[in-house]
Amino acid sequence: MHAAQILVNAVVLGCLYACIAIGFSLVWGVLNVINLIHGSFIVLGAYLAFGLYNALHISPWYSIAVAAPLFFVLGYLLQRLLLNRVITAPVLVTLTMTFGLDLILNNAMIYFFKADYRKLTLTPSLGSVSIFDVVVPVDRLIATVAALALTGLLYLLLRRSRVGRAIVAVRLDRDAAVLMGVDVKSIYAIAFGLGAALAGCAGVLMALIFPISPLTSSGYLGKAFVVCVLGGLGSVSGALAGGLLLALVEGIGSTFFGPAHATTLSFILLIIFLILRPQGLLGRKGFE
Amino acid sequence: MTRSNIALLVLLAVVASLPLFGGAYALRLGTMACMYAILALSWNVVGGFAGYPSFATAAFFGFGAYTTGVLLGKGLPLWLGVVIAAVAALLMSAVLGAALLRLRGHYFAIASLSLVEVLRELVNNATDLTGGGMGLNIPLVSGSGVLAEAMFFFYAMWILLLLTALMVMAVAGSKLGFGLACIRQNETASSMVGLNTTLYKSIAFGLSACFVSAAGGVYAAWVHYIDPSDVFDILYSVKPIVMALMGGLGSPLGVACGAFLYLGLEEVVWRNYIQFHSGVLGLIIVLLLLFLPHGLISLRPANLWRKAKHV
Repeated sequence: MHAAQILVNAVVLGCLYACIAIGFSLVWGVLNVINLIHGSFIVLGAYLAFGLYNALHISPWYSIAVAAPLFFVLGYLLQRLLLNRVITAPVLVTLTMTFGLDLILNNAMIYFFKADYRKLTLTPSLGSVSIFDVVVPVDRLIATVAALALTGLLYLLLRRSRVGRAIVAVRLDRDAAVLMGVDVKSIYAIAFGLGAALAGCAGVLMALIFPISPLTSSGYLGKAFVVCVLGGLGSVSGALAGGLLLALVEGIGSTFFGPAHATTLSFILLIIFLILRPQGLLGRKGFE
Repeated sequence: MTRSNIALLVLLAVVASLPLFGGAYALRLGTMACMYAILALSWNVVGGFAGYPSFATAAFFGFGAYTTGVLLGKGLPLWLGVVIAAVAALLMSAVLGAALLRLRGHYFAIASLSLVEVLRELVNNATDLTGGGMGLNIPLVSGSGVLAEAMFFFYAMWILLLLTALMVMAVAGSKLGFGLACIRQNETASSMVGLNTTLYKSIAFGLSACFVSAAGGVYAAWVHYIDPSDVFDILYSVKPIVMALMGGLGSPLGVACGAFLYLGLEEVVWRNYIQFHSGVLGLIIVLLLLFLPHGLISLRPANLWRKAKHV
């Protein structure tokens, strides 16, 4: 039953990891930008949920509906006004740029929210369910379902909507998309906005499970890196596969080597994957 | 010997005369300035000459700091500890480089960032050897006074900087530097005409690692206490890039000037806006990339004039 518990934990965590990584993967795939602000966006989303719950008693489930449009606008404007100016520059410039923006946002969060660790505690607590010996807290379960729903929603958006098809077209071949009449600039901004919105929503879900502090942003970012590389860049199914694999490796790794080595293990796995299979588990060019 | 190389050596000589004018504070700043210049010049070999966006500087800095720190704890003299750290980093990075440098662009950037994380976590967990998260206390090197010690570490760092500068100049003027420039411009084409790109890139990566590692070693002995989150700080990877961008990518003189200028800015920000120091650094980065992407070296009067002629 121990193995079953590890497996269930991995599935729960894996879906959350996928949700963390999917916005990052979208931005990397479509804009070709490694978006280092992603981690801070997640933390900001967590603070939003924390603030709304403590001040107005708005349940985090509804906070998602607030976070999504708010972060979309934030991301859209950030891309349009700042990132768009350097979008054609080499990776060194875009990466350093997002690092600079991340420093600003993170510093602002430390200043306004302090670096203390906080926790969103639902009252009354939702308790946990247990089937045989496998125990899963209900809030985690709901967060997992919500993460899956968000992932599915992005999949549908990219697959069915006009904007989604345009995003996929830009990802596949930017020049051809321009020739077909796609407004690449606005698609870039929309994709970045979507990435930010997904980060904000992921942050709301994280607030339910993990402690909140500006200092946790680099941890989330690291997870997004690993998930993207493991699963393969720029596809929804790749992010899911990467998230599940990472959670499984971390779960098994911390059982056998102790939790302190889980992060080391995941980054070593990342480097091995980069060298041997840079296209990831489900790697192929294209976004659905 | 080109004009800008001579200018760089003159600049270093001016820096060396700093103890004549300042007290302990000036010496501390001078030591930091030399350290930053070492990091930036070293990064320039792989980032500026070869055009590979390496974020691994912090990994080698921390590696050198811990290697030297542990060796000093075992009773080795400082110079031997620093030399061992440099050689170990050279070997490690050449081997790692042979694998990592096959990646390009974004993938190389991510892999080099991950290297910092991996080393930090390894050091964090090897508590028996490194003290783990508790950090590592490093014995005092000399029992002499405060000022004498500050002077000692200033000149130790300065000599290291001189060696780094000579290395960078030698690389820039040699076949290696020419090969790296070819790799930067078109790697596939340069390997087509018979350039051993893997070998060249590995040498560049190794050279850029060994001086950073030695600087980390001197830093560890200088501050007497290191912990993983301090020496494996990702900022040590990003700051050299900002300095190089500030001064002008690829030009040793520009990069060294960028490092000194950056230190000046950082010191002003630290002194006045301690709560916002990382935010201000972020702001500097953003403004720099938006408005001065080719660095201060692009502000040479000749360039300005030429630009004006076109308008």
